[in-house]
Parts: sequence; C-alpha cells; structure tokens
Amino acid sequence: MDYIWLIPLVPAAGAALNGLLGIRWFGRALAGALACAAVAVALGLSIWAFVGLVALPPDARVHDVVLAAWIPAIPLETAADIGMFSVNWTARLDPLAAIMLLVVTGVGFLIHVYATAYMLDEPRGGYARFFCYLNLFCFFMLVLVLAGNLLVLFVGWEGVGLCSYLLIGFWYEKNSAADAGKKAFLVNRIGDWGFLLGIFLVFFTFGSLDFREMATAVAAMPRERTGFGVLSAICILLFAGAAGKSAQIPLHIWLPDAMEGPMPASALIHAATMVTAGVYMVARNAVLFDHAPLVMQIVAVVGVLTALMAATIGLVQNDIKRVLAYSTVSQIGYMFLATGVGAFTAAVFHLMTHAFFKALLFLGCGSVIHAMAGQQDMQCMGGLRKYMPVTFSTMLIGAFAIAGIPPLSGFFSKDEILYRAFIGNRILWGIATATALLTALYMFRLMTLTFSGGYRGPQGSPLASPAAVAEAALHGARHPHDAHAHGEADRENHEVTHGPADLLREDHARPGPSEGSPAITGPLMALAVGVIVVGFFGMPEALGGTNAIERFLTPSFAGSAGVLTGHADAALSRVAALGLMLCSTLVSVAGILLARHVYLRNPEWPRQLAARWHGMYTFLLNKYYLDELYSATVVRGTIAAARGLFAFDRRVVDGAVGALRWLTLLASWLSHMFDKHVLDGLVKLVGWTAGRASFVVRRLQTGLVQNYALVIVLGLFAFLTVFLFAR
Amino acid sequence: MTFLNHHLLSVILFTPLAGAVVLLFVKRRQEETIRWIANAFGVAGFTVSIPLWFRFQPFGDPWQFVERAEWIPSIGAAYFLGVDGLSALLVLLTTLVGAIAILSSWTAITERVKEYYIFLLLLQTGLIGAFVALDTLLFFLFWEVMLVPMYFLIGMWGGGRPLYSAIKFFLYTFAGSVVMLLGILALYFVNHAATGVYSFDLTQFQQLSVPFDVQKWIFLALFLGFAVKVPIFPFHTWLPDAHTDAPTAGSVMLAAIMLKMGTYGFIRFSLPILPDATHYFVPLVAGLSIVGIIYGALVALAQSDWKRLVAYSSVSHMGLVMLGMFALTPVGITGSIVQQINHAISTGALFLIVGIVYERRQSNEISEFGGLSKVMPVLATVFLIMTMSSIGLPALNGFIGEILILQGLYVVHKTWAAIAASGIVLGAAYMLWLYQRTMFGKIDNPANAAMKDLNAREIATFVPLVALAVWIGIYPEPVLRRLQSSVGRVVVRVNSVYGPAIAKAEAACNRPAAPVVIPGAPAGLMLTPPCETPAGAPPPKPAQGGR
Repeated sequence: MDYIWLIPLVPAAGAALNGLLGIRWFGRALAGALACAAVAVALGLSIWAFVGLVALPPDARVHDVVLAAWIPAIPLETAADIGMFSVNWTARLDPLAAIMLLVVTGVGFLIHVYATAYMLDEPRGGYARFFCYLNLFCFFMLVLVLAGNLLVLFVGWEGVGLCSYLLIGFWYEKNSAADAGKKAFLVNRIGDWGFLLGIFLVFFTFGSLDFREMATAVAAMPRERTGFGVLSAICILLFAGAAGKSAQIPLHIWLPDAMEGPMPASALIHAATMVTAGVYMVARNAVLFDHAPLVMQIVAVVGVLTALMAATIGLVQNDIKRVLAYSTVSQIGYMFLATGVGAFTAAVFHLMTHAFFKALLFLGCGSVIHAMAGQQDMQCMGGLRKYMPVTFSTMLIGAFAIAGIPPLSGFFSKDEILYRAFIGNRILWGIATATALLTALYMFRLMTLTFSGGYRGPQGSPLASPAAVAEAALHGARHPHDAHAHGEADRENHEVTHGPADLLREDHARPGPSEGSPAITGPLMALAVGVIVVGFFGMPEALGGTNAIERFLTPSFAGSAGVLTGHADAALSRVAALGLMLCSTLVSVAGILLARHVYLRNPEWPRQLAARWHGMYTFLLNKYYLDELYSATVVRGTIAAARGLFAFDRRVVDGAVGALRWLTLLASWLSHMFDKHVLDGLVKLVGWTAGRASFVVRRLQTGLVQNYALVIVLGLFAFLTVFLFAR
Repeated sequence: MTFLNHHLLSVILFTPLAGAVVLLFVKRRQEETIRWIANAFGVAGFTVSIPLWFRFQPFGDPWQFVERAEWIPSIGAAYFLGVDGLSALLVLLTTLVGAIAILSSWTAITERVKEYYIFLLLLQTGLIGAFVALDTLLFFLFWEVMLVPMYFLIGMWGGGRPLYSAIKFFLYTFAGSVVMLLGILALYFVNHAATGVYSFDLTQFQQLSVPFDVQKWIFLALFLGFAVKVPIFPFHTWLPDAHTDAPTAGSVMLAAIMLKMGTYGFIRFSLPILPDATHYFVPLVAGLSIVGIIYGALVALAQSDWKRLVAYSSVSHMGLVMLGMFALTPVGITGSIVQQINHAISTGALFLIVGIVYERRQSNEISEFGGLSKVMPVLATVFLIMTMSSIGLPALNGFIGEILILQGLYVVHKTWAAIAASGIVLGAAYMLWLYQRTMFGKIDNPANAAMKDLNAREIATFVPLVALAVWIGIYPEPVLRRLQSSVGRVVVRVNSVYGPAIAKAEAACNRPAAPVVIPGAPAGLMLTPPCETPAGAPPPKPAQGGR
C-alpha cells in the first residue's frame, strides 16, 4: 500500500506518451490500446490496494503515504500562534478513497474502451489527442481522490477542470464548443475563489492543511450549533468550490453547455466522476462539515433545490444529451442533500451507483447518437428498440435504476437518501420525493421518445447516410428526406463529426440506424451488470441486507456526529423504513407509467400542455433564464468595466503622463523664449556696448609706438600715484 | 579554477560584456558569424552562472561569492559584489532568459544585426550587475546602464511607434531613478552620521536604524524609483507602450528581468533598511497593488492587441508580487519572489509566442487570428501550458507563487486577500478568451492557413521555460530552500514577530551532515557554515574602505 501513489502515475505516463509521441506518430489502434492499458493497470493497482485495505481491521483502514515535500516549512502565523506553512505530496488511502479509486478506474476503463470505437471518425492525430486528454483526466482525478491534504486535492481539482476544459472544447473549431469550455472553466474558477479562501482559512484556523490533522483539530472544537463561527465560514467557502465543480445552484450553468464535448468525455467527466468531486470533497471533510450545522442546512437546501430545478428543466428539453446533463445536475443535488442531512455514506453510495447508471445512460445515448448520424433531437428518433436491442435493454436498466426501481442500485442509494432526509427534515423529504417523481418522468420520457413508438428519423435513404449528411452539411443544404430537414443542415450542431464526404462509397448508405461494434456494446453490458450488482452492497438492514458499504465507509467519517448518532436517532421502526421504501417505489412507478401514458399513448398532450402553460413552458425550456441573467449582469458588467477602465487608462492615467510631457515642453519653450529674448538680449547688450565702446577706444589704437609708450608711462604714473597716496 | 572560484560573480557579470566587445571586431556584413558569436556568449553566460545554483549554500553566509575592490575610495564607493538566495536566483534567471532572448532573435532581426546583439549583451550585463552589486552606488550605476541598451533596442528595432515608446520608457524610468538617487544619497549621509564612515555598503545600510521621519522620506524617494520599474499602478503607462513596441527579445528581457529590478529594490532596500516606514506605508502600497491586480486584469480583458494584452497582464501579476511582499510575512515574501520567477517564465514565454506569430504574420491584432491550433499544434500546446502557468493552475509554477502570496497575506489581511484572490477569476477570463480567439475556431483568415509550426530553434527556446514551469510547480523545494535564509533576514528586520520562528526554522533546516568541500575554494567562502547560524545574525563586516 506504500505504492498507491503509482496509481495516478500510470495514466499520467499514458497521457505523456500519447501527447508527446502519439499525436504525431501513433496509429489509432496503438493510441487507444495504450490509453486503455494505462487505465487497466491503474484499475488493477486499485483493486490490489482495495484488497489490501479490506484485509486490515476496520479501525486501521487508513494509510497515509508521504511522497515528498512540496512546499517546505515556512513560518506563518495562525489564529493560535506562529506555525509552519508546509505541504507535502501526501497520498491517503482509506475506505472512501478506495471506493472512489474503484469507481474512477473501473468506470473509466469501460469508457476508455467505448471511446476507442466511438472516436473512430476522428482523424488519427485527434484520436491520440483525445486519449491523451482522457488519460490526463484520470491522472488528475486519481490525484484528487488520493490526496492527503487540501492543497494536493486542489491540484487534482483544478487539473480535472483543465481536462474538462480541453475535452469540452475538443472540437475547438466549433465556436460553441470553445465557448462552452471557457464557460466551464470560468464558472469553476468562481467557485475555486471560495475554495481557495477556504483553504487559507483552514490553515489560519488549524495551522495545517492535512486532512488527518484537520479532523483531529476539529474534533476538539465544539459544534457551532448556534451562530456562524469560523468552522461555518470554512465550510461555506469550501462549499462554494464544491458548488462550482459539482454544478449546484447558482453555479450549475456550465454543465449543460459542457455537453459540447465528445460523448465518452461527457460520460466520464460530466456524469460519472469529476462533477461528483464536490460531493467527495465534502465527504472527505465530513467531520468539519458536521461541526457546522448551519452550513449543513444550506448544503441540504441547495442540494434539494438544485435537484428539483434541474429535474423540471430536464422535463422539457428535446436534446437527448441535455436531458441527461440536467439529470446529472439533479442527481448530484440528491448527493448534496444527503451530505446536508449528515448521511455521508448515503451520499457516497449514491455517488457510486450514479457513476454506474449515469455512465451507462450516457454511453447508451452516445450509441444512439452514433447510430442516428449525429442527431440529438429526440423528436426525430423513436422506435429505436428494434434497431438497437442491446442499447435499448441496457439503457432501460439504467433508466430503471435512476428512477429508483428495486432491486437496481439506484433504488438502494436513493432510498437511503430519502430515508435520511425524512429523519432530518420532512420538507426536504417532500421535495426530494417530488423530484423522484420528476426523475422517473423525464427519464421515461427520454426512453419513450427514443426507443418506443414509430421511427421518426430518416428512412433507409442513401441521402441519410453519414457521408450524405456531411456533404449536405458542408454545403449548408436542407434536404427533406434527411434528419437535417428539421433545421439548417449544419454539422456544427452535431455530436458526431464525419470525415470528408465520400459519396462514392456505397457502404455508407445503410438502412436506418443500427447497433455499433462490440467495443460500444461491451461496455454497455458491463456497466449494466454493474448497475444491477453494485446496489446489493448497500442493501439496507430493513430488507435483511448488511449494508456493507455503510459499514465499510463509516471509519472515514468517524468523528462526525451524524454518522455516529446516525443509527441512534435514526431509529425509525423497520415498518416505517419499509413504508418509506414502498412509498418511493410507488412514486417512481407512477412517474414511469405517467411518462408512458403521456408520451406514448397521447403524444399530443405535451403540446397542449405547453400551449396552455405557455409562460411556464418557455421559462423551463430556457432554463429559468439564468444564462441570460448572468450574461446581462456579470458578463456584460465585467466587459463594460474593462472597456471603461481601458479608456480611463488611456485618457486619464496616461493622459496625466502626456500632460506632464506637454507641461515640460511648454516650460522648455518658455525658457527658450526667456533665453532668446532676455538672457540672450543681455548678452547682446553687452556685446553691443562693447562694440560701441570699442568704437571710441579704437581711436587709441594708432599703431605708433610713441603713443603707446606715452600711454604706458601715463598709466604707470597714475598707478603709482594711487598706489603710493591712496593707502 | 581558482580564479573562477574567487571571481565567479565578475565572470558572470562580464561574460556578456566580453561578447559585446568581441562583436565590435566582427565585420557587420558577416551576420551569420555575429549570430553564432552572440549565441555562444549567451550560452556561455548561462553556463558560467550554473555554479551559483550548485555552490550556493542555502544556510551559509548571508552574502556569498563576495568580491571586493576599491572603486572610488575618496567617496567610499567600492566594487563590491555578492549574492544571497534571492539575487542568486535572479542572476540565474537573467542569464537563462538572456540566452533565450538571444536565441529567439535569429531570424527576427535582419537589420543592424551587429548593433542589436551588442545592445542585447550590454543589457544583460547591466541587469546582472544590478542584482549582484552590494555597493549602492554600483547598483545605481548598473540600474542606469541598463536603460541605454533598452532604449536603443526599443527605438531602433521596435515596431509601432518605437521612438515614442523608447523615449517614454527612458524618461519615465529615468525620472524615477533620479528621485531614487536622492534616497540613496540620503542613506549615504545617514550612514555617515551613524557610523562616521562614508560608504555605500548595502550590507551596512541594512543594519542602520534610521529615524522614522527620515525613513518616511527615504522610503518615498526609493518608492518612486522602484514603483516605476515594477510598475505599480498608476506608474504603469510606459509599460504597455514599451512592451508592445519593443522587439520580441526586448519585450522578453523587459518583462522577465527588468521589471524585477523594482521588486528586487523593494526587498533589498526598502524592507530591510526602512522597516518602520515600510510598515507605515503598507496600506498605500498594498492598496495600489490590489488596484493594480484588478485594474490590470480588467484592462487586459479589453485589449484587441495580443502583445498589449500580455503587457497589461504583467501589471496585474506584478501587483500580486508587490502585495505578497507587503504582507511582510515569510510566506508572503517567499511567494512574492517565487512569483517574480514565475512571471519571468510565463510572461517571457508568452512574449516569445507573440513574437513567433508576429514574425510569420506581421500582426499582433487578435482579430487577425483564430484557429491556429490547426496549423500550429506545437505552438498551441506551449501556449496552453504557459496560459495555465500564467493563471496559476496547480502543479505548474504560477500556483506555487499565488498560493504562497495569498496565504501569506490572508493571515494578516483577510479582506485584501479575498479581493486579490478574485484576480484568479479575471486572469483566467482574459487568458482563456485570448486563447480561444487566437487558437480555437476555424481558420477564417486565409493568411493563417499556411503558417508554419515551430521549428527546432524555436522549440529550443521554450524547452527550458516549460521544464522550469513544471519543475517549480511540482517540486519547488530547491528554490524555496535557497530563499529561506534570505527571506528570513528580511523578515527579521521588518517584522520582528517572526524572529524566534525563523531562528527555529533555520535550526531545523536539512543540511548535509558534513560540509561540502570545494577543491581550491578559499576557506570560509564556500564551505558550509553551521546551519544553526542565527537568522538575524549581522552579516560579516567587510573591511572598511575610504576615509
């Protein structure tokens, strides 16, 4: 276990090889295989670390490895005294990190495999570049997970942000993609501002950034039951960072736009792993947050509101990928709700199940989009189940899981959250349950529109072939027979980019959508198995399970009262627990049936509803107009300030320098004039006087020696007279 | 070798000058020969400075590699050289960036090649001289000397309005330094009054206790000279013009090294010599620095000229450097120094990038570009790394500087730190927007479609900078260790709260069990003295020269 630091380094090596050599020289097969192998090795090492950890007794399951000094000790004052600011490269393996390792490398590996097939349309260099970014992401994510102190965590935190930026903007020739990448980075930076201040305050308060020392110090402090003390301040600042990274209100706006990135990146980064980093960070600092009940309430409220809001938006979106994006926002809201009510294990458990089912849904969605030649509008799909049975059945498992149908994993984790929310606060529970209904509704709206009913996409016409699509798109053409007839045929709006149009190749003309290669379906099936299996590790005791996950994770949160007293005051009777379960299951089933009823049997209903509640509908469709609000205030304000200050800089600040220059020139002109007319005049006066005088005196210059002698004698005489008598 | 051991700093100082002298004797038409010679001396200048890294004893004498000779005995001025951790690092930085600047000019300069390289080498000597001089008058001499070659570099090889910018640069900094000279002379007389000796010895100045009223005035005089160089808002307006119109190598030297003169001056003079005035003026300097951070970033956001944008980003970054310094905590000052090095690396590289693009397209207008990633992937990668370094991405150098500065500031002034930290958002905004506008998107301008990616020489200019960026980001310990004692001495003077803690840290320092014996070195000069040297111990008193 002393070698856990190797786990992130393997993908880093993969990224370096692909980046330095691969983009220029590697073929697709080599680049893809290298990246997959790197993650596979990391997965192997993670499993080995996990096994090693489980072999230890539960209370010894924490292992810190100090790799090297990063910032050596420098004296710095803290709240108490003058301490030492020093940060090491520290890796920490504990149950929480171990679970995350398995999720990141496991899901990551499957997504890498999937991407080898999905990205085949990319040119060779772009293919290697994609895998370089993907491996780099795994590196930073594993650094984040294994971090032993806040600053190392921040390295991973910002690093995954960079990779997210690069992968969202992977198709950088599309302006929308480049914009979305920038937006993601900047919104995250706003959160990171809070995060950084939180780190500073942590050092100031505890004199250390190490998780172990922080937890020890916090445990000795009283819980801030009333009032907003320093611990609350730390927590709210850290939570600002978490809200940015995990797309919570009011910083959630970047995630839907992030769907501009390639599907495997969306699945890995913007669904399964990176966006849940905020939850991980809060869970990592469970003891700290537990000591700030006020902030915990804020976290819970923000979480549940985000969950509700995102679900309502997801309900009306037509872009299949965006629905999933809002679904992700919503599910992360659930996780924050869980942390907010002190159910850290439930949050992490949901994080884990979510990683599986959401990755599955995204990859399935990618399979659909691939088959639809880049079409992402669900209204142009339909009936795909008969073309794509594997994608359909695996996605159905994922959809049942996210809706919370037993015995799939999503049921156990979501139910655990609802159960704990019920104990914590009935209002939160009510909203969360309503959101569960919406979740089932939007998810099965997606499934129904995509897979059921009649096929509304392009028929088996050669004009609908990818090549033809690309060709038409290149010319900006509309064509009534193809999928693009619904709007401008503009390939910029498509997930899948196509190679150069080659109309001569007949095999492009294929009859409608079809299932992809085994590299696409394999990961789907593997993830589906994961979705089914993972939940059983968290089977609650009420159902006769052992809740292995909770027992495994608890040592990581030891010291937080929520966990310790969790079972004490959480002593709802078994009947009540089962009742809650039944209730949430019924809600989910209701949502599913409603979706089937509305979108399959009465497809005109949604349109009628939208017409009747027009204002509400456009409000939801436009995502509560938050993007517009931000761009009108923050973005415009900043740009206006920038322009104004630049004008100020030129006119006033530099103007002052210019004025000084003119003043100097003026002064020099004045002195020039003075010089010329006054000083020079004086000199001239002297000269003139001398000239005049010489006129008189020159009469003396006769040239006759006798005259000179006479003058000399006279002078001598005068001198002697003065000299002798005047004394 | 003995000569080199005794006169290492002189060798480092005069190698570029020797290059300039050699170039005088080369026929001006032999341009290739001139280029080869200049580059050889650039590399040689860096090579001879390498011992500064390896032979410097982080916990050794306060001033190392000391050289001393009479210069103008009648007024007590001496040829007195020596370095501590701070100046050793800055000298290394100068020789490295100097070599890179020379290498980057190979194809960019086609007219008056001989004069160009002579001025570039002269400039390097001036810069090194200011860092190694321990005699204040000598320091001032080099401080002024460096203006002349820079003036000609901007005026003769610049673009845009070169003469305007060159004269503005010269007069602005010259005006500042005249006032600074008054401050130096005041110190000279204060020193005489206190010790009865006429001397410009900086190490002695640092032990003076100047009356507070006098401190205030001297501080203001020095402030004007240093603030123009840094530049601190509102003395910055020469900088965008000079940077934008200077030739690439000139911008690189200006941004990477010459701006550090100002911050170096603050750390070397203002803080240790005038501790009370420093405390008194903290609100002023910190306030201006914070304004500079936000203001520079916002104005950078409004730029349509690539080079001018980078120039304004310098205003913002140098504001952060000043702010860290005036936190007056060891962490803040350390961060400030590290950030100076980082700024040299990232901004130097950014100017190189702009220059390379300019060489191909004769334009710095951002709107002229777009989609360069497609045709220049290597450049795009380097640009990305340097953008990330500039905006402080962890695991790259910029982060180390930012975190130390802000953490060091936070513990004393929470609100200031919070405001200054918002600069990280704005910094990301202007850099990423720049990156998007130049590198992303489609190639709309046909003139860009045929642009060539970096050649081997250009890559060679970036390799050391990228390597440094990554190294300082991941393992800054060797750099920080070299700074510890130097910073400690400054802090002990200016912020006595830290006295015991610094002494303890010094005592706990890791030091090789046995002193490293350098063959041929004079005793006591380069051997490791005991690590337990008290932090506040006065530097060794050199033999007094003059009357």
